[in-house]
Amino acid sequence: MHIPDGYLSPSTCATFYLFAATGWYAALKRVKQLLATRAIPLISVFAAFSFVVMMFNVPLPGGTTGHAVGVGIAAIVLGPWASILAISIALAIQALFFGDGGITTLGANCFNMAIVGSFTAYAVYRIIAANSELNSHRRIVAAAVAGYVAINASALVTAVELGIQPMLLHDASGMPLYAPYPLHVAIPAMMIGHLTFAGLAEAVISAGMVSYLQRADLSLLRGVTAFARAPGTMITGANGEVSPGRFSPGRLWWVVACLMLFTPLGILAAGTAWGEWSSADLMNPHTREQIGAASGNHAPPSSVPSGIEKLSTVWTAPFPGYAPRFIKSPAFGYLISAMFGVGILVLASLLARVAARKWPGRNLHP
Amino acid sequence: MSRHSFLEATLQGFTRAVSKALQSEHAATQPGLLQQLDPRVRVLGIFALVISVILCRRIEAIAAILLVAIAIAVASRVSPASLAKRVWLVVLGFSGVIALPALFLTPGVPLFVLRYATLHLTITVQGVRTAVLLVLRVETAATLTTVLVLSTAWTHILKALRSLHIPAEIVIMLAMTHRYVFLLIETANQMFESRKSRTVGTLSGSERRKMTARTAGVLLSKSIELSQEVYLAMLSRGFRGEVRLLTDFRLKARDYAGLTAFLFTGCVAVWMGR
Repeated sequence: MHIPDGYLSPSTCATFYLFAATGWYAALKRVKQLLATRAIPLISVFAAFSFVVMMFNVPLPGGTTGHAVGVGIAAIVLGPWASILAISIALAIQALFFGDGGITTLGANCFNMAIVGSFTAYAVYRIIAANSELNSHRRIVAAAVAGYVAINASALVTAVELGIQPMLLHDASGMPLYAPYPLHVAIPAMMIGHLTFAGLAEAVISAGMVSYLQRADLSLLRGVTAFARAPGTMITGANGEVSPGRFSPGRLWWVVACLMLFTPLGILAAGTAWGEWSSADLMNPHTREQIGAASGNHAPPSSVPSGIEKLSTVWTAPFPGYAPRFIKSPAFGYLISAMFGVGILVLASLLARVAARKWPGRNLHP
Repeated sequence: MSRHSFLEATLQGFTRAVSKALQSEHAATQPGLLQQLDPRVRVLGIFALVISVILCRRIEAIAAILLVAIAIAVASRVSPASLAKRVWLVVLGFSGVIALPALFLTPGVPLFVLRYATLHLTITVQGVRTAVLLVLRVETAATLTTVLVLSTAWTHILKALRSLHIPAEIVIMLAMTHRYVFLLIETANQMFESRKSRTVGTLSGSERRKMTARTAGVLLSKSIELSQEVYLAMLSRGFRGEVRLLTDFRLKARDYAGLTAFLFTGCVAVWMGR
């Protein structure tokens, strides 16, 4: 998955350096807040550990072996932010010192493996592990799935980066100037190897290490601030688990407000959303043309499929097309729809909180 | 696959990494062209040439940069034989295999048709150019990077990175990681070797996986313990979170000449290869 120099165009390299730099900056800031002076030695030694684990030949079912990136266990033990830095440093050493992965593609490689991998692994692990005991089997399964999904998410992003190169840059005769294969070749070629060997290697190493740590050193599964011993930064959650960061509802409201303000951007999207066609879209010659073009030049059926026709009248939305009928400006309609949708969710959340206070004995998390 | 081959493959990987590092350390001390230049000029100059390789769109221009890279390597006491072993064959094995289907999959003017029974595979002119362009570009960039690594001590590369305005925290992390990589490789090596010497009989697939994961787990515990010790050692030496690096490099006339030569070569190549 380490993209060497020469596979990505200069514009792609620059874009992903920008993405990666944003991630590094945010991660460095967050990790310094979280770990203070402890950050540098912890991240450095963990990066060295990740580097060495990447060299392990992991035995896989069927007698073959594979290499893991170690992003699953890094995200579980360090949390996503510190994991981004540790894996990025390991990748930088590989590129600068051992020539594994390019210099111009280092931004893309760090984005794919360190940023996408860390966040995916952490999110999947937290969702599956939920509030289970630290030494439960559920955590082992969560680690395996987290490692497997993270490495495949990274591989998919890598394949997309490689697959868009022929579209982005080619000469007058149509000859690709960088990675030569389009998306329909790059994605299967990349994913077959990762859905089988590489994903499995990551799952084996993540699950095996969590299983080992459950018996040998449970403290490492409590979260980075628990074992890093940075005074004054611990936030203890269920099971003595330590949250990797401070949750601020105030900031979340600002994010939601910004997202609402940006909802009219949806108007800029050309064509129809693939697979979200109405009966009217399937009968309109102009939209039929767009549907055909977006479906690999396969013409849509000449009449509306009976299932769509039958079910289309079951429910009529109050705001069809993200705008109440009386509003003429589409941008204002998008804003009103966003405010209405967020309002409903806030109301549902408040009702759930009132219900939880009224019946405190009912535990929603068994 | 023999019963211990995964262990041996891992051990060989460790040995290869350490021997590569030793080779770099040795080459960096040789009196050569690049070694005489300021490390910042070396890093900036080679990075500029790598970027020019990525910007070039013509095979001829990239081939010219490869020739320049080989000339720099020879003048810096890096033999073409070691480059062939360390870079060219490895890249050809990887990127060559990836580029091969492009010969047939790239649409264009037919050059040659391979016929076997009912199978007809057409190699196109565009396919050949695409494959050659990809392999040549990867070979040239990898050659330049390897020449830099072989001619510059790691500590000098790190100090030069500071001149690219990379934050001091990142540079110090790179330096510390590099230092502890070799310690952890040695630790992992010893663990695998001792396990190998104690193992009698055939390990099942499940046992092999458990063994690998446990070794990684022990290594993780040791790493965290080590980071704690390093932290305490840093605190006891007065570390308060501020990072300062000594930069004692001074640019001389030959460094300015070297940098000008690198940038001029890069610009000419980009102009020729546009």
